[in-house]
Amino acid sequence: MKVSYYPGCSLEGTAIDYAASISAAAELLDVQLEELEDWNCCGATAAHSINHRLSLELPARNLALAEAAGLDVVVPCALCFNRLKVAEKALLGPEGKGLGVDFRGGIKIWDLLDYLTQESYLRAVAAKVMRPLTGLKAVAYYGCMVARPPFITDKKDAENPQNMERLLGALGAEPLDWSFKTDCCGAGLAVSRPDIIDTLVARLYERALRAGAACLVVSCQMCQANLDLPQQRIAKKTGKDYYLPIFYFTELLGLALGHPGVGEWLDKHLVDPKPLLKKLGFSF
Amino acid sequence: MDLLPDQVIRLALLGQDDKVMGSRTIWVCSSCETCTTRCPNNIDIAGVMDWLKEAALRRGYVSPQPEVTRFHQTFLQTVKLTGGRLSEPLLLGLYQLKNPNILAKLKSGALTEELRLAWALARRGRLVPRLPRPLKAAKKIKALLSEAGKEKS
Repeated sequence: MKVSYYPGCSLEGTAIDYAASISAAAELLDVQLEELEDWNCCGATAAHSINHRLSLELPARNLALAEAAGLDVVVPCALCFNRLKVAEKALLGPEGKGLGVDFRGGIKIWDLLDYLTQESYLRAVAAKVMRPLTGLKAVAYYGCMVARPPFITDKKDAENPQNMERLLGALGAEPLDWSFKTDCCGAGLAVSRPDIIDTLVARLYERALRAGAACLVVSCQMCQANLDLPQQRIAKKTGKDYYLPIFYFTELLGLALGHPGVGEWLDKHLVDPKPLLKKLGFSF
Repeated sequence: MDLLPDQVIRLALLGQDDKVMGSRTIWVCSSCETCTTRCPNNIDIAGVMDWLKEAALRRGYVSPQPEVTRFHQTFLQTVKLTGGRLSEPLLLGLYQLKNPNILAKLKSGALTEELRLAWALARRGRLVPRLPRPLKAAKKIKALLSEAGKEKS
């Protein structure tokens, strides 16, 4: 299946591991990701915080590119997805005329996790598992932006999404239930107010551990960075000895389906997931 | 948060501009959209927070959370500088350069801590000091961002 692909800026930078695992996952599932030509930054939190008009104009240009390309567009970054959806609603509503962009809503905007967990792909995943993730106790962490607010994201299960758990199940892992899967990790404030992050993220660690998880699985590179990078700092601050690897769902998909690149992606994490996986019998 | 979100809404309704636009709350709101999603009165609370931040800057209120404000502003300046896509290392560098309290940060050890983290990322190829390729539409996007700047002043 061929779809347009809008990677977003950080997949060319701090999230190159996510980008590489996405290419691998797409290849394994015969999805052809066609990167939108000349895409631009969506404006992210900065634009919607201090410049409403710009926060629509920047993503609107990308939507026009996507519609001209004629295919549904898949977005791996939760925030980019959210901003494109906001622009979609604006362009199709009363605000749209003033934006000077030609967009008729003829294509669908997908977040990557939703796209890759459609029934047909879940079946393909289950059939292709070479090395089931038996014994991997994990909580799925979705974060905010793919789900909320539902009148923007068009999600029916914004309060309790399940598709990552379904995927983890298909991979042979053990997804655990917890109540914090869409709680905020505060990533937007990671640079300017790291103290706030420490509080929010420490709570997520605690709740994940209480659920019995050995790791968290994410579908957003900001959540990944925000749970992975400061883990040592938060451990020091709270006097706890945290060891919670933060996986992208695409990395686990690659691992279970036997992709050779997995070791390289995992080496880019700060909290090294390899000791956990070695305990479960994986070797790199 | 110095005001709870419901207080922001109530004070805004009462026309208490100084209180809401001068509040820390509007700047430390992380835009997680939980309040907007769950509000029984269908108020887009996170949207109101955004509107208030923009209005506060336009009307010249001094931000009580200058780090957060500076981060947003530097982010958009960086996208403009690089012609359409964000360079993360440039954003982080400019954000630090513009920090008026950089000496205090250096003394407290917080800066060293951040540099150590940056190095850990750089070593893994995740923070490469390379600018993104300028886009074909760089001029157009720079114009959007300049227009945006003008509205502010």
